[in-house]
Amino acid sequence: MEIKIVKQILEWNEDVSRQVTEELDKNRVCLINVMGSPGAGKTSLITELINRLRDSYSIGVIEGDIAGQIDADRIATMGIPAVQLQTDGACHIEAMSIQNILPMFDLESLDVIFVENIGNLVCPAEFNIGEDLRISLLSVPEGDDKVEKYPLMFETTDALVINKYDMIKYFNFDENRVISRENEANPDAPVFRVSTVTGEGLDGLTGWIRERISNKIGK
Amino acid sequence: MHELVIVEGILDAVLPEVKKHNVKKVISIKLKIGELSGVIPECIDYYFDIASKGTLAEGAKIVVEKVPVSISCRDCGYNGEIPRRSYRCPECGSRNIRIESGREYFIDSVEAE
Repeated sequence: MEIKIVKQILEWNEDVSRQVTEELDKNRVCLINVMGSPGAGKTSLITELINRLRDSYSIGVIEGDIAGQIDADRIATMGIPAVQLQTDGACHIEAMSIQNILPMFDLESLDVIFVENIGNLVCPAEFNIGEDLRISLLSVPEGDDKVEKYPLMFETTDALVINKYDMIKYFNFDENRVISRENEANPDAPVFRVSTVTGEGLDGLTGWIRERISNKIGK
Repeated sequence: MHELVIVEGILDAVLPEVKKHNVKKVISIKLKIGELSGVIPECIDYYFDIASKGTLAEGAKIVVEKVPVSISCRDCGYNGEIPRRSYRCPECGSRNIRIESGREYFIDSVEAE
């Protein structure tokens, strides 16, 4: 006997992701999902963006890690509400985890929540978490072949950020290879070259994010 | 690495459905997975054997049908498959294309007795 089912395998995640989006829409909060390898500079990028955006917006952070709470502590010392999400070994964040964490924030007073996803170029890309914006980070020392090797991460993102750009002279990193591949796979995503150490490129990126936030929350 | 989550998703979808049909045993589960998704069929098999123990689906075979990437071209009107990861119209070279299939990620049907 054949039984037709036709159901999305990750349907529950998609359902919860939509609920998270609804909850955030209601409270006019913009959720930004930051993804990239371990060591690409996700936490540093988030802290730099907070410094540039905190005068205009009220910001919260969800720090995803497999264990520990080093990153949440680092954000909390800036006076920004931060919640550490420990995934206990899981390689990605699911929408359900975000849904469980949202009540820990005062959503009515927040404008923006950054989610630092697990350091991984594979699995996080498969799971929508109710985000308004996906930012994928690639750092120069990781190599110029990553867009080709981890296509889903770079195909589904809203922006590609090349970090540690100040190091480019020390590495054999062909940025044209990265950018032309990204333009081919994901022509709508802008590419930003930044360094969280020297600050180069961060104003351009901040301006773009600011525009996206204001499109969503109207300020 | 998250294939276990996928397997749980498959079982959550399949088991209530087959119970409705009063089946004795699930023989196979057919999945349709687009070339653009990152699922590894071998990992699904591995976790499925573990997670399905003691359920109606124990011992069932997972059959994966890969769905190739196909597009329609907004410039020349081409409709059809493209080689993996090329993202251009194979007829006119345009990048102004719409992906019509290749992102599938679903359970199609179950064979049971």
